[in-house]
Amino acid sequence: MTAIWFIFALMTGLAVLALLWPMSRRPALAAAVPEGEARIATETGFYRDQLREIDRDAARGLLAEPEAEAARAEAARRLLRASREPGRPAGAFGEPALRRRRAASAFALSTVPLVALLIYGLYGSPDLPAQPQAERLAHARAAGNDLAAAVTQIEAHLAKAPEDGRGWTVLAPVYLRLGRVEDAIKAYENSLRILGDDPGRLADYGEALVAAGDGVVSSKARDAFERALKQDSKAVKPQFYLARAAEQDGNRGEARTRYAAMAAAAPPEAPWLPMVRDSLARLDGTAPAAAPATGPAIGEEQRGMIRGMVEGLAQRLAEKGGTPEEWARLVRSFMVLGERPKAEAALAQARTALGGDAGRLAPVEEVARETGLGEAAGAKAAP
Amino acid sequence: MDLNAYRKVALVLIEVGHYALALALALSLTQMVMPVWASRAGDPVLRGVAVPAALATFACIAFAFAALTYAHVTSDFSVQNVVENSHSMKPLIYKISGVWGNHEGSMMLWVLILALFGAVVALARNAVPPTLRANTLGVQAAITAVFLLFILTTSNPFARLNPAPMEGRDLNPLLQDPGLAIHPPLLYLGYVGFSITFAFAIAALIEGRIDAAWARAVRPWTLAAWCFLTVGIAMGSYWAYYELGWGGWWFWDPVENASLMPWLAGTALVHSTVVMEKRDALKVWTVLLAILTFSLSLLGTFLVRSGVLTSVHTFATDPARGTFILGILVLFIGGSLALYAWRAPTLRQGGLFAPISREGALVMNNLFLSAACATVLVGTLYPLALESLTGEKISVGPPFFNLTFLPLAVPLLLVVPFGQTLSWKRGDLAAASQRLFVGFALALAVTLIAIAVTWGGPVGAPLGIGLGAYLILGAALEIVTRAKGKTLSLSLRRAAGLPRSAWGTALAHAGVGVTVIGIAAQAWSVESLATLPRGGELRAGPYVAVLEGVLPRTGPNYTETVAHLTIREGGDPVGVLQPGKRFYASRNMSVSEAGLLTVGASQVYASVGETGADGSVGIRLYYKPLVLLIWLGAVVMALGGGLSLTDRRFRVGAPALKPAARDAAGPVPPHSVPAE
Repeated sequence: MTAIWFIFALMTGLAVLALLWPMSRRPALAAAVPEGEARIATETGFYRDQLREIDRDAARGLLAEPEAEAARAEAARRLLRASREPGRPAGAFGEPALRRRRAASAFALSTVPLVALLIYGLYGSPDLPAQPQAERLAHARAAGNDLAAAVTQIEAHLAKAPEDGRGWTVLAPVYLRLGRVEDAIKAYENSLRILGDDPGRLADYGEALVAAGDGVVSSKARDAFERALKQDSKAVKPQFYLARAAEQDGNRGEARTRYAAMAAAAPPEAPWLPMVRDSLARLDGTAPAAAPATGPAIGEEQRGMIRGMVEGLAQRLAEKGGTPEEWARLVRSFMVLGERPKAEAALAQARTALGGDAGRLAPVEEVARETGLGEAAGAKAAP
Repeated sequence: MDLNAYRKVALVLIEVGHYALALALALSLTQMVMPVWASRAGDPVLRGVAVPAALATFACIAFAFAALTYAHVTSDFSVQNVVENSHSMKPLIYKISGVWGNHEGSMMLWVLILALFGAVVALARNAVPPTLRANTLGVQAAITAVFLLFILTTSNPFARLNPAPMEGRDLNPLLQDPGLAIHPPLLYLGYVGFSITFAFAIAALIEGRIDAAWARAVRPWTLAAWCFLTVGIAMGSYWAYYELGWGGWWFWDPVENASLMPWLAGTALVHSTVVMEKRDALKVWTVLLAILTFSLSLLGTFLVRSGVLTSVHTFATDPARGTFILGILVLFIGGSLALYAWRAPTLRQGGLFAPISREGALVMNNLFLSAACATVLVGTLYPLALESLTGEKISVGPPFFNLTFLPLAVPLLLVVPFGQTLSWKRGDLAAASQRLFVGFALALAVTLIAIAVTWGGPVGAPLGIGLGAYLILGAALEIVTRAKGKTLSLSLRRAAGLPRSAWGTALAHAGVGVTVIGIAAQAWSVESLATLPRGGELRAGPYVAVLEGVLPRTGPNYTETVAHLTIREGGDPVGVLQPGKRFYASRNMSVSEAGLLTVGASQVYASVGETGADGSVGIRLYYKPLVLLIWLGAVVMALGGGLSLTDRRFRVGAPALKPAARDAAGPVPPHSVPAE
């Protein structure tokens, strides 16, 4: 991309030349005012033209002779006044003019490239080529990176035929994989609306909602899991998330029953069995509270993503503050991720940030109570 | 050029555009310094630098704008501005108009027009005295430089993204309308056009002299800017009327007020430059008006662009931008007013005139327009000031403006025909009234007929119709009286021989009358609202809408639910309305599309509300009598301004002769001075 610098240099050179061009002309030539300019461009010329106009109007009968006379008198008065004013000294010739022009040339030669390069250097990206849509699609296909290209194509297709449920079904999990959680939720919603309920898609939809909620099983997600379970009572994902929901609500008894039922019904080689056993152990207090972030079907990548979201929320709240609900969500998320120390820190931060206003603190305290965090941390913070 | 070379150039086009913008900043800085320096030193050669500088600045900005448009058209999502405001599926026209349908792009359009005006002034060699032209270009370059700096540092449209996302976020659906292609460019041509007038005023203050030649040089720019602003505001009003689905045409919304204020001040300026050119009077006031008009344009820009107000115009809020624009505002308004306070006393005062005269009437016009402008300013800024001081939110709405604006507008409009009839320097009120008597009588008759026909309706409407008729008749009478000869053919010849500016004045004033009639007739508009089942009927005024059905429809980047309505008048079908609700998936946003049926100058207007599960749909139906006259009048006003613009004669306002001398004046009517 060195060519671009040649183009820049050329443009700058042309701009400076354009500025210097009038100064290169001989002063005598430039000082001689053309005929038309002499007429209008000075005040006396203006009034002379006005006088001529009055004569023309009078000749055409637009102006009665006595009035034309009055107008002539008026214009002539102004012409007289204008011509009495001293003219300006002409500064076009001589040594000072030459020096002035040299200074001006130096100014143009230095300022123009300096300012342009400084500003462009600060904000430009000279190494980045243009990437028109068509070219980018071709590139993506050639490089075998068709996932993004495929997404764009499906999106284009769906924009034309938004009632194609299969398209949305294909797109939704891809969105989730790309980290576009909100888009995934919308795609699942469209797919469910058009193709009707299906236990697998309902469970995936719930999972996307959980991902959007930083690991919290919202009532909307719970509703989706319950609907899935109604159609397929053996589905694993809904069972697991409903147990998780009960656990998050502080309903330990129900959570334990659900985990236990899953563990009992599971085939011994089920990959998700250890996770359920861990959860059980955590509930019974026989293991440290290290809950895995999400359910069996979510990989390490997803977990990292959720953790990233929570950390992002924590940072934003710490820097800019937020609503009581956001603080409550942060505390809950840390507990769900099994990060008790961070949850405690967040709780303390929330109490400071919300400034001891009992009304505003209520949702945070509620979560603290539910997660069993309130007593210990509260005792420390209480006066 | 073969395809490969073309591709290579295209690859660097965006960055070259970016560099061109930086170069334009450097050039405008030079253009800001050199001519003013040269004028002070009296060096015509150095002064000449302003011309290529202005042309090169314009070329650079135009190139940058073209590069940005290219990025939008090719959906280059490595440009952040394209990602945020475009979508590969968007129709081509909205890809192009989307260039200025966002904050960065609209600021680009702003500087493009700023530089365009600068270039035209640079080329207008014969129209402007050289020193004045050089200083004007210097001031114009200062404005351009500051706005370029604003764009490059806080709102860079060439910010890049790497890696580029695969798809853009689409343009705000409210803006995906042909209106966006027309409204902002026209409005900006108006707003920015006043920057030239401002630059002329500042140049005059720097030079310390102002005369009729100045007024002659300024007049076409002011008129052109005024015409564009008039049509731009009318276009915006019509757009809001059919796009927002509320059937209103003016909401006294702060953003609308922001464009109305420069218009009011600009209207005053158009009139006061006439006085200055013809009579060499009102100089100091005209300079102040020129400063205030552009200051109000800047204030409008600040209100809309800084995020102080939230509306469809605001696009995005960013405190850094607000602060920067506030700085620009303080620099230009504060600086120019300070310069005015310092230099205005040195300007020579001009000719004298009697209170009853054309000048007197124009002074009254200026007073009323300025007062109206001040009213709107208070109504717009007071809630903002109150909110920032006390945190209390109040809304100053139509009741305030109707109570304060109308009492100022009505007497102003009553004076308009008088002003046209009075002669320069000293007028004769009795004679003027006599000449206007026919107009009065006819307008009164129109009012009485309107009252009789609509007996029992709103009281003010017939009076408004009468006022509009009076304005139109007054304008027509002016032409008739001036052209009247012994025979019809002589009259026609004389009418054709009248200066174009006289015709322009009459046309513009008649346009005001047309708009007034349109506004007054809105008192008779009817609104009805119902949830209609299929086959249901809804009446508004003389029209009945029948719901034939609700159907889905698919557009390029949206899906739409369309209600099919047959409109009947007295049982006969007169047309079909298809109002709809569009859903844009990429923005997850719904926008209503009004259905309009035009009958003469009146319209039947329908918009769709909620759709029920049983196929019923909420319909809002309006009957808007003569509503098109509101905007038609504005177009007529602008045409009048344009006609007057083409008249480049030299003007001098000769006083009418005293009655004794009039008899000697012969067959030519005594007020037939070359005037407008």
